[in-house]
Amino acid sequence: MLLNQFLLLAAILFSIGVYGVIVRKNGVLVLMSVELMLNAVNINLVAFSTYHGLGGQVFALFVIAVAAAEVGVGLAIVLLIYRNRRSVDIDQLDELKG
Amino acid sequence: MWFLTHAWIIPALMALSFLLILFFGKLMPKKGSEIGIAAIGIAFILALLTAGSWYTHNNEEVEGHGDAAAMADVQEGCSNEVDHLAAEDHGEETEDVGDHEGEGRSDDGGSDEGTDDHALGQSDSGEYAQSDSGEYAQSDSGEYAAPAATSTAVASEGEEEHLTRPVVRCAAWAEIGTPGSSLITWGTMVDGQSVLMLVVVTLISLMVFIYSSEYVSGDRRYTHYFAFLSLFSASMLFFVLAQSTIQMIVGWELVGVCSFVLIGHWWEEKPNSNAALKAFLTNRVGDIGLLIGVAILYFAAGRSFSILDLNILAANGGISHGILLVASVCLIFAVMSKSGQFILHTWLPDAMAGPTPVSALIHAATMVVAGIYMVARLYPVFFEGLSIAGSSVNFLAIVGAVTAMFGALLAFVQKDIKKVLAYSTISQLGFMVTALGVGAWTAALFHLFTHAMFKATLFLGAGSLSNAAHHSFDMVNDMGGMRKVLPRTFWTFIVATAALAGIFPLSGFWSKDEILAGHGSLFSAGGNGTYHVMLVMLLIGAFCTAAYMTRTIWYAFYGEFRGHGTPHESGSRITVPLIILATLGAVVGVLNLPEKIGPFTFPESISLQFEHFVEPVGAYFPAISHAEFNIPLAIFSLALALSAVLVTYLYYWKGAFKFLHGLSERNRVAGLGKTILVNKYYFDWLYTDVITGFVKGPAARATNWFNQHVLDGIVDGTGKGAVVAGQFVYENIDQKVVDGAVKDTAIATSEAGGVLRHMQTGRIQQYAALFFAAAALLAGVFVVAIG
Repeated sequence: MLLNQFLLLAAILFSIGVYGVIVRKNGVLVLMSVELMLNAVNINLVAFSTYHGLGGQVFALFVIAVAAAEVGVGLAIVLLIYRNRRSVDIDQLDELKG
Repeated sequence: MWFLTHAWIIPALMALSFLLILFFGKLMPKKGSEIGIAAIGIAFILALLTAGSWYTHNNEEVEGHGDAAAMADVQEGCSNEVDHLAAEDHGEETEDVGDHEGEGRSDDGGSDEGTDDHALGQSDSGEYAQSDSGEYAQSDSGEYAAPAATSTAVASEGEEEHLTRPVVRCAAWAEIGTPGSSLITWGTMVDGQSVLMLVVVTLISLMVFIYSSEYVSGDRRYTHYFAFLSLFSASMLFFVLAQSTIQMIVGWELVGVCSFVLIGHWWEEKPNSNAALKAFLTNRVGDIGLLIGVAILYFAAGRSFSILDLNILAANGGISHGILLVASVCLIFAVMSKSGQFILHTWLPDAMAGPTPVSALIHAATMVVAGIYMVARLYPVFFEGLSIAGSSVNFLAIVGAVTAMFGALLAFVQKDIKKVLAYSTISQLGFMVTALGVGAWTAALFHLFTHAMFKATLFLGAGSLSNAAHHSFDMVNDMGGMRKVLPRTFWTFIVATAALAGIFPLSGFWSKDEILAGHGSLFSAGGNGTYHVMLVMLLIGAFCTAAYMTRTIWYAFYGEFRGHGTPHESGSRITVPLIILATLGAVVGVLNLPEKIGPFTFPESISLQFEHFVEPVGAYFPAISHAEFNIPLAIFSLALALSAVLVTYLYYWKGAFKFLHGLSERNRVAGLGKTILVNKYYFDWLYTDVITGFVKGPAARATNWFNQHVLDGIVDGTGKGAVVAGQFVYENIDQKVVDGAVKDTAIATSEAGGVLRHMQTGRIQQYAALFFAAAALLAGVFVVAIG
């Protein structure tokens, strides 16, 4: 298989993630979109490691660990937002408006 | 020798007496006077012993040659010059190198001037030796030939010549600059001159102390009086023994302070305290001259205060003529104030406000002779600075002659007997200053010596008179006919008057004649210069002296008693000092008999003893020459004095010259003359009204106006200008530029914030969109750039 097929898949997946982060109102879905972007990066890393040594795989493992931590913190924030507001709609969270 | 090296004990003793009287005087049975009398008595005995010691020392044979041997009694470190000479001399002896000597001996035949004063300027001193020795070496008065005549040279002249060896002891006082560069020392410099003054001061003081114990008895500040009398003597003794000029200044000022205290002894009366202030302040004027003069000499002599150094350098050309001239003129101002010379003499008559014994002390021994002594002490400075040798006019002689003549004239219009004596002192001091001015150094000191005796007698006699006349000194209104009631006072007064007038053979005759002969003019030959004008002025002064003293005797002792009450002779403590002093005043003239009077020759053992005793011979004294006794001049001056006495006698006793009586009322010129004399040549008017008045009145007002208008105007203007400038800066620069910049920055920031705040929506997704857009943009740029 060609490398560019993997890269194309990763780019599509990343774009979907960006779209989800920018457009979705639900905080949980935004987090999930972030996961998509991270995994798109993982695909890239693993794909390149096939041709350029195992360093990419090690990085991918790190990214997975960091993503897990990030999701833990992110979901805790979302949970607290929900407790305070009875909603996870991030459009309403504009108190830092200048 | 012990007495010469320990002369400091004499002033120290008097200072101790001052402290003892001050602290314990009131506890003593006689209120402290006994301490003073005992101290001054011991001091007098010590002074006599010192004089005897000096006499022996001065006659000793000196071994070796040159100045260093001559000054063998100078303690090391007291005089740089002498140390220097000693070092060179020593070197010469051991090495026996003849180059110095050859140089010294080649330039003259009669005398060898100093094998060892390269430092003093060989050419100058060589010239000196030539010119002077050529003239004087052969003179039969037997003078030494050159400042530094050596024993070999003297031997070649066939004369026995002694160099004077001053005994100098000193201690370090302070050090200036780097260690060893300039040491201020204090100590004693004992030679004939200071020993003479020791004797005079202690003798007169002793008499005055004894006299005072009766004269001021019962005074409310009796103890205080004796304390300051002691300090007065101590100061003067300290002054005459001074080894450095700094020490001289200290003594000089101490004398001034003591005179201030004693003149103002009865300060409760305003005129007395005014007189004290006047004496002090007038002296301050002259003191400035002293300070400047000493400072000039200090630097000119290569940073030395030592009197010996100054004299050696000045006498041998080590200091330039111009500097010496300036220094001597400055010092003459000091003499003017201290010794009551015109134009700073005005304090002296006013100083009569003090108790009479104090006046006697001031006039005879302590205060006023300090100026004479100072000139005599630093004589090379004046001798070289004023070119006394060979000139016919110089500042010192002018000051003295003017004072001698005009001072004597003033005495004619005084009613107060003490003021007559005061002007007489001024005039006689003028004689001494003139003598110094014409180079008759010994004559000046001899006159100082004789004058001290008879002037003290006169003052103490005046005190005795006033004691009888209910403490009045007005001889015209409160005295008269005292001859019968005060016989002892009368006779002593007569003797002293005759001595003062210069009647043969009393002491005044000898000393006055020596001064007159020293002018080297009219009938006399020799001398250091020819001073015709001064001689004439002094002769007029001498004539007036005889006349006004006769007038005084007429008013005080003859005629009818014009006072009130019954006059009585004073007690023995007053009359005994009078008799002693009058006797001395009569006979001390024989101490300096000339070597020969016409065909008659005095043996060497009795002639010129005073000169031999007092006058320094050596490198630290100029080669002055001495006039011989001059018979025509002596007869002329004696005739002048006698005719003055005769004229005055005829005028007062016999009523002769009737046209003269009341002349001043009838004749305008005579009236004008009298008015000028009564007003003392308007000097007081000049000082009090013109100078002081000008300062107090117009000058003060002008200064005030200047202050108010000009200085304050400048200050006000500056202030106003500053305010205007400040306002301008505030309005234009601070407000517009500085504040404008600050405000505009703030406005710009605020408006930029207003624009940019719209971007901050608070919506996280918008931020994310922007973030991704920017990242995409940057990635695009990156790709393009790399590509």
